Amino acid sequence: MRAFARLVSWLALAGTILPPLLFFADRMDLDQAKLWMLVATVAWFAATPVWMDRGRE
Amino acid sequence: MTDQTLPASREPVNEYEREPVPERAWLGFRSFVGQYAGEHTAGTELMIGPLFIASGVSAIDIVAGLIVGNLLAVLSWVFLTAPIATRARLTLYYQLEKICGRRLATGYNLANGVMFCFLAGAMVTVNATAAGVWFDFRMPGLNDLYPNSVGWVLAVFVMGALMTIVAAYGYNFVARVANIAAPWMVLVFIGYGIVGLREIGIDSIDTMWTQAQTLIWKGGDPLPGQVKFTIWHVLFFAWFCNMAMHIGMADLSVFRYARKSWYAVASASGMYLGHFIAWLAASILYALQLHRDPTNTSVLPGPLAYNACGIAGLICVIMAGWTTANPTIYRAGLAFQAIVPSSSRYRVTLFTGAVATLAGMFPAIAMKLLGFVALYGLILMPMGAVVFVDFWLSGKLGFRRNYAEATGTRFNWAAGLTWGLTLAACVAIVAMGRLQIYFVGLPGWFVAATLYVVLSRLLQRKEGR
Repeated sequence: MRAFARLVSWLALAGTILPPLLFFADRMDLDQAKLWMLVATVAWFAATPVWMDRGRE
Repeated sequence: MTDQTLPASREPVNEYEREPVPERAWLGFRSFVGQYAGEHTAGTELMIGPLFIASGVSAIDIVAGLIVGNLLAVLSWVFLTAPIATRARLTLYYQLEKICGRRLATGYNLANGVMFCFLAGAMVTVNATAAGVWFDFRMPGLNDLYPNSVGWVLAVFVMGALMTIVAAYGYNFVARVANIAAPWMVLVFIGYGIVGLREIGIDSIDTMWTQAQTLIWKGGDPLPGQVKFTIWHVLFFAWFCNMAMHIGMADLSVFRYARKSWYAVASASGMYLGHFIAWLAASILYALQLHRDPTNTSVLPGPLAYNACGIAGLICVIMAGWTTANPTIYRAGLAFQAIVPSSSRYRVTLFTGAVATLAGMFPAIAMKLLGFVALYGLILMPMGAVVFVDFWLSGKLGFRRNYAEATGTRFNWAAGLTWGLTLAACVAIVAMGRLQIYFVGLPGWFVAATLYVVLSRLLQRKEGR
């Protein structure tokens, strides 16, 4: 479960930075980039608490 | 630009407050990298970047000034703060109490608490601009000093109240959210810059620098009401915006946990992600706004972020403001609580948050953030010089180290006069127009160090007779 969550987090980070880069390279329009960033944001905050910082609680 | 916290998600300054941090609690290098990266990518970075543009800074000035200024800040942590922190392993407050006495340390706490309140107020202001994207109310302009609409006051009130309640009752929850959000936030800040570059018309890395000089950081006159910034302003601002933390020694409380003093190099993560990339990205967004409508000079992080990265961008503004206001309000509360130890921590934090919220209603602090941050560092800097001189030079220059502890005095006049006279000298220099507030901290440190040596020798010689 933690390994899967970690994978989702990495994908979410990629999904946060790739849309602006693709927009810069003219491979994606801005509305699409904003939408993908939102999806990546939701994924990051859903997956990351599962594995990050658990040991400190 | 933010305040200091302890590593990870611990509540700040509530462990080993009056004893050296034991070896079992020392932390590794990575703890500090994450902490500095997260804390210096704050909501206020979205104010500072645009204010550089408003100050008419040129491309070479901002890039070179930030590279060198941030390097000097890192070196200040490495060579001034961390060596003392890893030898004494005490909080600044306790160290000050040993040197200055309880009464003077309380005065420092009061000054620190008040400055933290205003800083948290600026963070509340930033968050309230996010509310302006969804609710149609008039938001403050670049030169507004007072609240200018009922909607604005209500937005600040709601944001401030939420932050305050959470700081009082859910500190650890927000601290955990801050840790989780940090890597994502850094990438969203980078995203702001990339989108801004493309939107302003830069579509190739090859021509980026040339176009940046004509489209983004154009130099020339500042906007009306702003101070013109040169490379020296940028350099000194980047160096001194966290002056309270490094030269002012507030981060003794952080690096007392470091296994080695060189771990202070980790502060580079905060400087170059937050105070370089985030400032540049935010300034690009503001340049884009001016490019589209030169009459729209308002610095409103919410709309700037929303236009670039949509709802994710807006969430980042709220998150960045919230996660940094949380420890700031909390820490201001701790500073005040040290003055009235019998008061409940929750009640003090609620009071502090209320003051910060009130301050946040006045856009003057956020819109004049460059000057405020310089003032903040300046006010706390002399005590950093006192700690430095007392720790390293007291024996060599013939006066007693930790004077208050050794003599039982509650007010070390040498330290108190050093603080007051240094600030008076700095204010006089600025008022006479000899130096601007951004630069005066440098000679001010030497004034403070010299005064403390001279006054300590005089005072202790007099008492020795």
